Amino acid sequence: MNKRTIVPIGPYHALQEEPEFFKLHVEGEKVVHLDIELGYNHRGIEKLSESKTFEETIFLVERICGICSTSHPLACVQAVEDAGEIPVPERALFIRSAVGELERIHSHLLWLGLAGHFIGFNTIWMWAWRFREDVLNILELITGNRNHYGMMKPGGVRRDINKTDIPAISKLLDSLQDPIKLFRDAVVQDPLIHARTKGIGILTREKAQDYGALGPTARASGYDIDVRRDHPHAAYPMLDFDVITCEKGDVFDKAVVRILEMFESIRIIQQCLTQLEKSGGPVDSNPKTVPAGEGIGFYEAPRGEVFHYVRSDGSNRPIRHKVRAPSFMNVPTNRETVLGATVADATIILAAVDPCYCCTERMAVAVGHHDGERLLNARDLMRLSCEKTDRLMAETGLRGPSLPDFQRE
Amino acid sequence: MNRTINALTRSLNVFHLAGSACNNCDIEILDALTPRYDLERFGITLVGSIRHADVLLVSGVFNRKAAIRAMELLEQAPKPYLVLGIGGCPCTGLMFRNSYNWDRPPSDYMNIDAFVPGCPPKPEAIISAVVKVVEGLRSGALVPRCLQDATELAETPEAAGTV
Repeated sequence: MNKRTIVPIGPYHALQEEPEFFKLHVEGEKVVHLDIELGYNHRGIEKLSESKTFEETIFLVERICGICSTSHPLACVQAVEDAGEIPVPERALFIRSAVGELERIHSHLLWLGLAGHFIGFNTIWMWAWRFREDVLNILELITGNRNHYGMMKPGGVRRDINKTDIPAISKLLDSLQDPIKLFRDAVVQDPLIHARTKGIGILTREKAQDYGALGPTARASGYDIDVRRDHPHAAYPMLDFDVITCEKGDVFDKAVVRILEMFESIRIIQQCLTQLEKSGGPVDSNPKTVPAGEGIGFYEAPRGEVFHYVRSDGSNRPIRHKVRAPSFMNVPTNRETVLGATVADATIILAAVDPCYCCTERMAVAVGHHDGERLLNARDLMRLSCEKTDRLMAETGLRGPSLPDFQRE
Repeated sequence: MNRTINALTRSLNVFHLAGSACNNCDIEILDALTPRYDLERFGITLVGSIRHADVLLVSGVFNRKAAIRAMELLEQAPKPYLVLGIGGCPCTGLMFRNSYNWDRPPSDYMNIDAFVPGCPPKPEAIISAVVKVVEGLRSGALVPRCLQDATELAETPEAAGTV
């Protein structure tokens, strides 16, 4: 019996980010087709941007996404600087990179927690978010706000990092090493997590390239792209870091790439802090006008390359502003990864690209017209996912990741 | 204390309704539940369905597509419920209110009991708002705005039975 049923997922979800709507077409347990519907989060930002001055535009693009609230402004100010050929002091570049990398750590910890939640390990969720608070503390110390930092401006940054704060920041960063190692050991080496995530949702290198996948999604498939290295910007040409890649492109590899990237980020921030401690100077070139012209800016956001295009006609407002966010490229790869998977795996696969995707809330399983409609509530997909974990626990006798007692000084 | 109010405020089941938000308020709401702030100590938990909810946390502006869904959802909420607008967006629409896709302020079609301004409000601010609303309800200074007036909280067997 091959009756095709449709499982709508979304558009709202209590945990994740932008509302998106997925329609899973399933035959039995297998997912055979996927429709993606967007538009619940359309706020007309590009048009709004044309009505704002260049300085105001930065605050607007900051609110495209609360998690990428450095990536978008950074790409945008680079586009404005490219259009107007505005110089940027070196110290500002280091501050930009440091804040950007802090954002990457908090975003990856956030994803790790949610991924743990989706496969039924709420402990990972709570632990990851607990250590994410430490990153937010550092960001609050540097920028004055936990999110929406308001740091970037065309020509530099708005706030300097005080030299007196640097030892404290550095110490806080070091204290992050241990928790991340803990996650690496507890999560990546756990056989039960292997069973749930290995060989699931595979995106091959060719398909990653065909779909134009970006960021960790592409790098997990062995597609070695990273704008930080390929098109140097901010302070990245002056810093030493590795680009993490994996080969298989399954959910497990995507997690590994993200966890290892956090170590690289800490390395980058430490180098930035060393430079900031040594050198002084202005952090802002105070541009007064943006001459006519057009410019592009990009930045490797936690999810992949974010791209901004700005055209100026010499007035104080952009006459065209185009934004391309990484999820725009990554979400379609779900079609490749989810097809052929089971419904129980769909949750983690859809979440694995770290999209602005939402899942639990209101989903309905329509079981044919003559059978009537059966409404599954929110938790059912989660339940299916957790049940699979429980089943695996029973079959293999494994207990799942145990987080040892970890005391911070 | 009124039995309905007692039952409503004892352990708040929170449903989180994000409009076309930038997700920051949504993440701060979750932050309030995770170990640093740990609201779950007080029995405040997130629920997956609006039908189980005592409190709706509304965040973000609602665009034309999302507003329709929000109105549909709100009809499913069991009364009495509370609505908290989290962040500057439900209050004023912030910088998005001039957008072509801006619907109207959510307070036009939702009975929002309290606003928590901030972009995003800190978890401390969210906690403080919840405490103020609960205290207001218990002292009788506040009546859930989804009800017509305080008479709907009258101690009738039917009212007690619906709790």
